[in-house]
Amino acid sequence: MTKKKTEAPAAPEKNQETVLAATGIVKELGRGAGTVMALKGVDLRLVPGELTLLMGPSGSGKTTLLSILGCIMSPTEGELSIAGTNTAKLSPDELAVLRRDHIGFIFQSYNLFPTLSALENVRIALDVRGQKGYEAARRCEEVLREVGLGQRLRNFPGNLSGGEQQRVAVARAIVSSPLIVLADEPTAALDGENGNAVMELLARIAHEQDRSVLAVTHDPRTLPFADRVVRIEDGLIVGEERRPEGLDAPEITDLTKRRKAHA
Amino acid sequence: MIFTLAFRNLFHDRVRLTVTLVGILFSIVLVAVQLGLYLGASRMITANIDHADADLWVMPFGAKSFEDGGMLMGSRERHQALATEGVARVTPLVVRFQEWRKPAGGSTRVVVVGTDAEEGAVEPLSLTTGTWEDIKAPDSIAVDSTYLKDLGVDGIGSTAQIGNGRVKVGALTSGIRSFTQSPYVYMPLSRARSLVGAPGSDLATFHLVKVYPDQDIEKVRNNLLSRLEGAEVLTKAEFRQRSLRQWLFRTGAGVALIGGALLGILVGTVIVAQTLYSSTKDHINEFATLRALGSSSGYIHKVILTQAGLSAVIGYLLGMVLALLIVLASQSTPLPIVMTPQLAAGLFTVTVFMCAISAVSAIVKVTKIDPATVFSR
Repeated sequence: MTKKKTEAPAAPEKNQETVLAATGIVKELGRGAGTVMALKGVDLRLVPGELTLLMGPSGSGKTTLLSILGCIMSPTEGELSIAGTNTAKLSPDELAVLRRDHIGFIFQSYNLFPTLSALENVRIALDVRGQKGYEAARRCEEVLREVGLGQRLRNFPGNLSGGEQQRVAVARAIVSSPLIVLADEPTAALDGENGNAVMELLARIAHEQDRSVLAVTHDPRTLPFADRVVRIEDGLIVGEERRPEGLDAPEITDLTKRRKAHA
Repeated sequence: MIFTLAFRNLFHDRVRLTVTLVGILFSIVLVAVQLGLYLGASRMITANIDHADADLWVMPFGAKSFEDGGMLMGSRERHQALATEGVARVTPLVVRFQEWRKPAGGSTRVVVVGTDAEEGAVEPLSLTTGTWEDIKAPDSIAVDSTYLKDLGVDGIGSTAQIGNGRVKVGALTSGIRSFTQSPYVYMPLSRARSLVGAPGSDLATFHLVKVYPDQDIEKVRNNLLSRLEGAEVLTKAEFRQRSLRQWLFRTGAGVALIGGALLGILVGTVIVAQTLYSSTKDHINEFATLRALGSSSGYIHKVILTQAGLSAVIGYLLGMVLALLIVLASQSTPLPIVMTPQLAAGLFTVTVFMCAISAVSAIVKVTKIDPATVFSR
């Protein structure tokens, strides 16, 4: 098995503490002759206050990497550290606690509970953390107002538009103030206007609330909102760009092309 | 939120909820009727024993039940019992199956119960028409109003024959059913002896022993046993058990009733398990989302168990309403169904247990959830 290591990501400009560090992540899916190497040695660091986009074509390993970074899937090889905790030897229940304490998720198809109202969908994220009662309810209302759904608290997902549902999902992800927010194709099911609204929201969460937001996407409309873009292809990180000061969007440089040029 | 989620999951699919509740309701009614019949039968079998003012029962060796006491005993046992330390009173009681000849022809079996109520033996329970004085009148007897039609008589004043002796209905009881379906016919002791073919004798089927209040019943029993040969001495509780064993288990009736109740529990468990499993399967993505949000397995198990508990409570309430209506309707039949607070509480416990067991398959299903499925929807 040959393992191609990508170039180490550039250091953040500011002196910020790393909240997530993945080193040499390899993931094999399937068994025997049908084994597929979905990730071939990925290194990635996330710092607070940054919206990072993980972009790549279908089958490049984006979602697999997101699952591993979210402690939902375990890597075949490599190390993952969340908020200073090495996840290597944690049990599924300990990983659940780590997710609960430090990670918020936003899913492509929202994954809201259809039988719960917008407010209840957000409250359940606190409830699993043992936070109940008036304070929890107040906090959920506050977050829903922050995402612009102050008038839709009692509405059920079936009565909300796609954009509104995704904003409920965003509220659910951030209500417990996690260090890291992981979003899987957050704009894929939305039209341009709603997609932009959700990306603006994610950027605000990163910048104003000093959280580390990683969004997996193949939607080019999301680029203007990114502080950093990480490109993945065939299970390897092939490029990483940062938004230069004064530019609206990161200057995309394809590291693969750069490597080919050097060769 | 656990309750809210469980409640909403349950009520989200009304058709499935209806199926679940019908399953529980069916199960509750079946178990309630079977156990109610069992209780009713037990009460019928032991009613005379329970209402006798006796601490100990002296009976021929091998007596099987109240109705089947075997050979009649002479007065020797009575006198020996009376001479035993601690014995306050010994009352003879005659109980025998006899042939009842209907006035319009035909016959049926009855259980003759000869007792002198003023001596503290078995009193006809719940006399609704007439008094014990009326029963003491010549040829007079007391029967239960439920069996008037079976006995071919109309009521007070009607006459019939037991064996070759004429009897007249002088009083009526209410609610004294016989498990053997042979009605009890109460009469004074001397008339009973006469009708069972022992006129003028002092023979008896049982001797009912009352012990002085300050005496140890077990000690008196041992003293009686050492004096009486060929007779058994049982406490009230032991005689009850023996009668119940005879009629409920040796005849297989009790086994059939308990078997029916167990079948009800089994059917209910299978139906609830099936619907809970399918509900869990339908909501599996939501449970996977909960897992991805960092919920513990216990949190998800609580949601499923709450769903099971809610089904149990609603199903139990509906089932009990129907069961009580059936109990009420059965009161005028020869085999009334009995519902007691203890049985109602027991049924609730069985329902909750049944639903909790039913939740196991659903819990096994969610235990195997891969939270990674949240990304593949």
